[in-house]
Amino acid sequence: MQTHMKQNLWGYLFIGPFIIGFLAFTIIPIVASFYFSFTSYNLFNPPEWIGLDNFKEMFTSDPRYLHSLKITFIYVFAGVPLRLLFALAVAMLLNTASRAVGLYRTLYYLPSLIGGSVAVAIMWRNIFGDEGIVNLALMTMGIDPVRWFGNPTAALWMLIFLSVWQFGSSMLIFLAGLKSIPQSYYEAASVDGASFFQKFYNITIPMLSPVILFNAVMQTIAAFMTFVPAYIISKGTGGPLDGTLLYSLYLFKQGFEFFHMGYASAMAWVMLVIIGILTSIIFFSSKYWVHYESEGGR
Amino acid sequence: MKSKHIKKLVYHVFVGGFAILLLYPVVWLIMSSFKPSERIFATAESLIPQPFVLGNYAQGWQGFGDYGFDTYILNTFIFVILVLIGHLISCSLIAFGFARLNFAGRRFWFSIMILTLMLPYEIVMIPQYIIFAQLDWLNSLKPLVVPAYFGHPFFIFLLVQFIRTIPRELDEAAIIDGCNTFGIYRRIILPLIVPALATTSIFTFYWTWDNLLGPVLYLNSPSKYTVSMALNMFLSNETVSNWGAMFAMSVASLIPVFIIFFIFQRYVVDGISTSGLKG
Repeated sequence: MQTHMKQNLWGYLFIGPFIIGFLAFTIIPIVASFYFSFTSYNLFNPPEWIGLDNFKEMFTSDPRYLHSLKITFIYVFAGVPLRLLFALAVAMLLNTASRAVGLYRTLYYLPSLIGGSVAVAIMWRNIFGDEGIVNLALMTMGIDPVRWFGNPTAALWMLIFLSVWQFGSSMLIFLAGLKSIPQSYYEAASVDGASFFQKFYNITIPMLSPVILFNAVMQTIAAFMTFVPAYIISKGTGGPLDGTLLYSLYLFKQGFEFFHMGYASAMAWVMLVIIGILTSIIFFSSKYWVHYESEGGR
Repeated sequence: MKSKHIKKLVYHVFVGGFAILLLYPVVWLIMSSFKPSERIFATAESLIPQPFVLGNYAQGWQGFGDYGFDTYILNTFIFVILVLIGHLISCSLIAFGFARLNFAGRRFWFSIMILTLMLPYEIVMIPQYIIFAQLDWLNSLKPLVVPAYFGHPFFIFLLVQFIRTIPRELDEAAIIDGCNTFGIYRRIILPLIVPALATTSIFTFYWTWDNLLGPVLYLNSPSKYTVSMALNMFLSNETVSNWGAMFAMSVASLIPVFIIFFIFQRYVVDGISTSGLKG
């Protein structure tokens, strides 16, 4: 009995900071945010209960909100698969015994390393300028230059390219996964006369599927919350014509530019629900495409 | 034999060429920062600065109004170091608790911690802001630094995984030698988790150095601005004439990131490959 008490005491002493921080910076704010989402609150007057009006407004009388939701979905569902595809392709290219692989791995990782910084967002803004190097390259190839800041669709793709450009950290994870696939599987398949694509489809993809699942979940969540590039590239406006008004940026503007704290809190809850749904879809679908070794196949 | 060489050559041309294409914008940014501002876009197709000037760095370093870039860099370093100390102390203590101590409710709190990993910051952003405003902490580093002293789920998880690989026999030997629980943490575990603490430090550095949303929310006097906010300010004051200075300071802000990466490359790559930390 006494040692039990002592063990519990030591345990809570060590994880105590986590519990205190969790209550103060997570639980209390979550409860408060849930309450605010049913109120009209501008930070200066006390919150006023308005029931479900914030949620109604979002889906029925705020076209900017629906637009922001739509472009965020495009951003996530174009950006994440493209990024994972590049990561897998390059990881497979680098999964050889060549001595230069270490160098290549570093070079391909560098964009991920610096990608989240303001400096890179500024760089991106300038290479896509009317006279920037992207347009110069397009002109050399005989394609008409694009006015990336004049067209909302082009501006959104500029953001998607920035996220795809940072495929390096997923590539490192895939590379580690590829290295753990026993070489004998491939050798056996070669003996049976399997082609490259058969080996890819029947060995690489199933063996790598848990890693792909992990990456898909984490990156979908992170992509949904993208803020810095949209904020910097549009100079905080979400322009042109709201083309880069990603969900987080619109939420930030509602909260801290228009001081619609209640509305912004409601937006955050809808975001949580959407992320929850997306994550569960990926997880529940995973039993059809993720292969776990210990279960002896599917 | 010959065709093998050709295959190898094609591989390196393709893989190397693609790497150059990806990094070209960064090289372009660096080279442009040495061009006179008015020539950056006139000579955008050329990488070689002609003439080569350092004036952009001198001009950018002066910053805006009363504060130079030295102030912003110093502010950012103080910010990073305070967060770093917080993460190292709190995350190692908490991770030791989760990985080594048997107490009622351990599984429950561990699952809670994993859940907070997935929680979008947007959910807590507004109430946190209101709480910090009530505490009169706005326009100070406190809202950005104090939470770091209560652990960070990513790093706690990383350290727990690492501690679980250390044999428990070491703990038992220490108990026989008369160590209490804190002694095991302090004398046995702490020295052995140095590599994982290095990974924690490096990623803490990156995330804090790059953090923009936190400073935008909480800092409003220019004397307290961080580097990322100063760059943001450069951009909002963008005129035709100061591209050079903006490019120069963008490059300057990346230098510490590159230096840390090249010194501690192994920890960075291991951290990402083994735990999926986002770089």
